[in-house]
Amino acid sequence: MSEVAEKVKAPAEPLFSKKNRKLVSDPLSDNNPITIQVLGICSALAITVQVEQAVVMSAAVFFVLALGNVVISLLRNLIPGRIRIIVQLVVVASLVIIVNQVLMAFLPDVSAKLSVFVGLIITNCIIMGRFEAFAMGNKPWPSFMDAVGNATGYAIILIIVAVVRELLGSGSLYGIPILGSPIPVEGYPNGTGLFDMGYMNNNLMVLPPMALIVVGIIIWIQRSRNKNLIESH
Amino acid sequence: MTQLNINKVKFLEKQLKKLEPTFAKGGKLEKLHYVYDALATFAFTPATTTSRGAHIRDGVDLKRTMFIVVLALIPALIFGMFNTGHWHFVAESGNWNLPYWDNVLDKFIYGAIKVLPMIVVSYGVGLGVEFIFCNIKGHPIHEGFLVSGMLIPLVMPVEVPLWMVAVATAFAVLIGKEVFGGTGMNIVNIALTARAFLFFAYPTKMSGDTVWMGGQEADGFSGATFLGDAQSLLSDSPAVNGVDGIMAKYSFMDSFMGMIPGSIGETSALACLIGAVLLIATGVGSLRIMLSFVIGGLAFGALFNAIGVNDYMNVPAYMHLVVGGFAFGAVFMATDPVTAAQTAHGKIWYGFFGGGIAILIRVLNPAYPEGVMLSILFMNIMAPLIDHYVIQANINRRLKRLKVA
Repeated sequence: MSEVAEKVKAPAEPLFSKKNRKLVSDPLSDNNPITIQVLGICSALAITVQVEQAVVMSAAVFFVLALGNVVISLLRNLIPGRIRIIVQLVVVASLVIIVNQVLMAFLPDVSAKLSVFVGLIITNCIIMGRFEAFAMGNKPWPSFMDAVGNATGYAIILIIVAVVRELLGSGSLYGIPILGSPIPVEGYPNGTGLFDMGYMNNNLMVLPPMALIVVGIIIWIQRSRNKNLIESH
Repeated sequence: MTQLNINKVKFLEKQLKKLEPTFAKGGKLEKLHYVYDALATFAFTPATTTSRGAHIRDGVDLKRTMFIVVLALIPALIFGMFNTGHWHFVAESGNWNLPYWDNVLDKFIYGAIKVLPMIVVSYGVGLGVEFIFCNIKGHPIHEGFLVSGMLIPLVMPVEVPLWMVAVATAFAVLIGKEVFGGTGMNIVNIALTARAFLFFAYPTKMSGDTVWMGGQEADGFSGATFLGDAQSLLSDSPAVNGVDGIMAKYSFMDSFMGMIPGSIGETSALACLIGAVLLIATGVGSLRIMLSFVIGGLAFGALFNAIGVNDYMNVPAYMHLVVGGFAFGAVFMATDPVTAAQTAHGKIWYGFFGGGIAILIRVLNPAYPEGVMLSILFMNIMAPLIDHYVIQANINRRLKRLKVA
């Protein structure tokens, strides 16, 4: 009912107004959930060993965040303030279960590799943060745009980190060997491609500490290049 | 100095003076000012003085301090080259008991051919990264890398490929130092960061039985180190026959002299001791840290001797001091003035636990044969905490005194 009343007062905002576009573009760089707000770091460190995992994880977060933001936004006037976190948790948990079941049914390998980290989307700070900070106070459409922006911002960083880690740690991208194979074959005792010339995979890249350093380097580059983020001393 | 040399020095000074306007503000090569500055102050003591804070009037600046450390490393380096050559010939002949002092020149030349390129790569990459970084960030180039560049090759096994030395050096300078603000701001030791990077990134090139000897090994010959053999005591198939076996293979005297396989510069406790004397005499290195590091190692070694439930624990405590990187770590790594504890009492705790944890990791953790690197890195991180409590304890003590009076 309230929406109808508001529509009478103000002319309807175009779907892709400047304000709505900013909701999407802001989290991509200036207000990126990982590099600026430093949320969702746990999953960014854990599942970026391979690009495939990062892509599937990004898609899962995109689905949960977009749908969840819309649902919470629709319910925002019905949710009692004192139990809102519980309601948000119920919404995100049911969505995560859907994602988990779909992954287990259609992508069993990836599901096995991601293991608990799909379930842990429930505790991903980005999702609860957007529910609490945005969807609880905005209409469904802007909430959806906000979710698209944040999930894409999350995905960009995740995939950059995964590309660096998979390329240097396993010599491949999305499971396709790029730098050659370290497995010895006839005539190539050290492996093929670069490995034949003495190159070796960097095992540190496969370990989580290196993901932290890669994320740190991304933050460093971003903060030194983006003029909006340079702090004055 | 002869007249000729003075003329040469004068000539160099004149040339530098002549070039100065080119690099000064507004000059043609203004962007390279800091590179010029670094090279000019390397040759001549700069005319500028400290503007505030420190009040020590002394001709010794950071560059000359660093130079003393490099000088102290020379015995370890020379011996390291010779030792590297010796074990290469041992591996080739397959004879563990090859006479040590035969073919001295051949061994030294072979070792130099192996080691010098690593030093060149380490200095080249490290200084290159630093010069580029300082030019971008516009801050003067500091001298810290003069020592790190020498330390990095000395803590590597001889068989590490040069490109790995380059990658590790670049990583250590960038992530270990420059992100924290350059020389004097780093939290952990640069050379050990480089070694830790390689240790975790390329484990097959940093540990095991095949990395300690240069060149091809004869069939059936295993180039293990004391630590590798000692570690095997814990496994089902030990390479040596108990404590007596390992002590027979590596005598205390051989280990003290450094006539054992290991990383290039670390084998000789004697060479480290010569370096330590120079560092302590010139006041560059801290006697407190070195001494407490050794005492910490002995104490933990003795503790394990007392427990003695397996063969490794029964390795005599004094052996731990002369094998692996213990002596080198105590003299050159733990005493790094930037990353060590700063307070006098703090240095004692820092050294004691540094030495102790090194033995703890060696004996108890089968995954890491050498504990010195990890223990020093760990204590680097703990150093500010130690300092905090030492200072706090001092404040509390004085407050108490105040109340009584």
